[in-house]
Amino acid sequence: MSEPTGTSRPPHPSVDWTACQGHGGCADLLPELITLDEWGYPVVRGGPIPAGAQRRARKAVSECPALALRLKD
Amino acid sequence: MNTVTMPLRIRSLATSAARRLLPSEPLSHEAHRAIYGDLSYLDGRQIVVAAELSGLCGQGGAAFPAHRKMTAVREAARRSGRRAVVVANGSEGEPASAKDKALLWHAPHLVLDGMALAAAAVGADRAFLAVESGHGLGRYLTAMSRQRPAPAVPVTIIEVPQRFLSGQESALVSFLDGGPALPRYQARPVFERGVGGGPTLVQNVETLAHLALIARHGPGWYRSGAATSLFTVREADSAPTVVEAMPGTPLGVLTGAGAATGQALLVGGYHGTWLPLTATALEAASPATLGVPLGAGLLAVLPHDRCGLVETASVLRYLALESAGQCGPCLNGLPRMAAAFNELAHPTPRSDLRRLRDDLSRWAGLITGRGACRHPDGSARLARSALIAFAAEVDDHARGRCRAPGRPPMLPTGPASPAAPIEQGV
Amino acid sequence: MDSAVIWYAGQATGIVSLTLFSAVMVLGISVRRQVRIPGMPRLAAVALHRSISLLAVVFLAAHILTAVVDSYVNISPLAAVVPFTSAYDPLWVGLGAVALDLIVAVTVTSLLRARLGRRTWRAVHWLAYACWPVAVVHGVTMGSGTGHPMSGWPLWLTIGGIAAVLIALVPRVTTGRRALTPADVLAGVRR
Repeated sequence: MSEPTGTSRPPHPSVDWTACQGHGGCADLLPELITLDEWGYPVVRGGPIPAGAQRRARKAVSECPALALRLKD
Repeated sequence: MNTVTMPLRIRSLATSAARRLLPSEPLSHEAHRAIYGDLSYLDGRQIVVAAELSGLCGQGGAAFPAHRKMTAVREAARRSGRRAVVVANGSEGEPASAKDKALLWHAPHLVLDGMALAAAAVGADRAFLAVESGHGLGRYLTAMSRQRPAPAVPVTIIEVPQRFLSGQESALVSFLDGGPALPRYQARPVFERGVGGGPTLVQNVETLAHLALIARHGPGWYRSGAATSLFTVREADSAPTVVEAMPGTPLGVLTGAGAATGQALLVGGYHGTWLPLTATALEAASPATLGVPLGAGLLAVLPHDRCGLVETASVLRYLALESAGQCGPCLNGLPRMAAAFNELAHPTPRSDLRRLRDDLSRWAGLITGRGACRHPDGSARLARSALIAFAAEVDDHARGRCRAPGRPPMLPTGPASPAAPIEQGV
Repeated sequence: MDSAVIWYAGQATGIVSLTLFSAVMVLGISVRRQVRIPGMPRLAAVALHRSISLLAVVFLAAHILTAVVDSYVNISPLAAVVPFTSAYDPLWVGLGAVALDLIVAVTVTSLLRARLGRRTWRAVHWLAYACWPVAVVHGVTMGSGTGHPMSGWPLWLTIGGIAAVLIALVPRVTTGRRALTPADVLAGVRR
């Protein structure tokens, strides 16, 4: 259950698990944040996106074939 | 009122009728008012304050503070300019749990009072009461609600499909929006964007009944620990009993005489925790002191002539088949866990126990926190606690010994079916 | 400009566009089947699918432009978009207009994918399966003019495209991760 809080955090990648098909493109684009599990689904490391990866993160969002990746705060 | 059949066994240890959640007979509205008194008018803010001062937490499993949820919905409604929605969750998809059904059957007006209070607290303009189909509760509650004067906020009673996940927060919202009763991705949480896109307060029906009592007797009484909660007690092969008692009541009192023959206790529900039982635990421990989440209030005693591994394997199989199958990690991991656990419970000479345990541990980690809901998380918790509580049994089984060889499991793995459909007097 | 050059340019851009769209179909199917091109990043098929479809659209635009500008046949700009209203060969040109309308819908929604949301984008994207066969029929029947349906190397190119799409489709119909249910996984693991 998500907690009602009033604070916002820096954007971090969030997966819509009902949409994710395990294409794995996000892991290629953001290897410092995302690896793939034994079934091909992304394992997202917690925490904000490092400065150098912001553009690649946005690219991963727009290129995901299933539109399953978002940047949430 | 003519006689009605009561399919659920109940036992109340409450000391005062006016503070009792489970009256011995179902109460009509008139009888309800005679016993509990009328609700004095409270405005929305007062209700939230009362909830906060009382320390009321959700009784559906997550135990989240009710006042924080209500405040969040209020704030979201204010910010977005949309009216809030209240959903009373009485769907109780846990096959082993019967407390919500018992409450809805015996004290429907406490729940309806609580819904009215919650609606006022968040400024809702609509309310839904969700119940599991197949028990006649929809018809019964509709009749009960008609005994009351028309509420300020209209209440619609909805029957949801008999699935484990039907009562999950986003699954409820999805169903009320006309979709399937399955969890859905919430880009914004339900309290911000739920039913029809509006801020939605989802509360378990027992929580709302508590709220109805707090509004009458004040938060101080509730906070003092004198308030009761509902538990579903299961022992051996007998039918479950819904017990109303203070959370500080010793287990030995809650579970009755049969507890002396128990080796372990399943606490919470099928997303709960197995705890080894000793005689002293029964004397001294209470739900409040067990140190594990109480979840949906299940207390299932595992008799000495039953096997915890066999029970858990059966439950895990059920949980795996009840997965919505929408999310890759759960779809892949939970059934594999169920199969591996089943092999642990029924090993062959070629079974590699260490590899099975490694697989279970790895998969438990992989399915936790990676899905649209917490079904895989809770299932992994159950599996982990079973491996700890029944570690000795794993070795026994490898040597071909089992406490309950060949016996079918006792924990139910189908929709809860009362002894007879709930009938009501004409 | 010499009318004949425009006429041939129209045919050439048409056949190139059609062949490219066949490739786009194959790549789209590959993406759904999560087929990996060895040695390339995971999203290579997606990127190729996108780039080639945009290229195909460029050739399609040229094809329509030459068809409209051509003085030899009377195809008004409106007829390129509204099906079956062309003075010349209304039926087969009309099919081209149908295909064009569909490809515009698919292309625009794909460019605005993130804003439209997955459901809308997917629903429109499925129209590609309607668009491509219509385009093929348009190409084969239009050929090199009335009474001269496609023949020779353009026909072989088109047949090759059709074959590629059909071959790509066959495994997809029988496999797919999404088809799995928890019961399937549970059964599959038990040996």
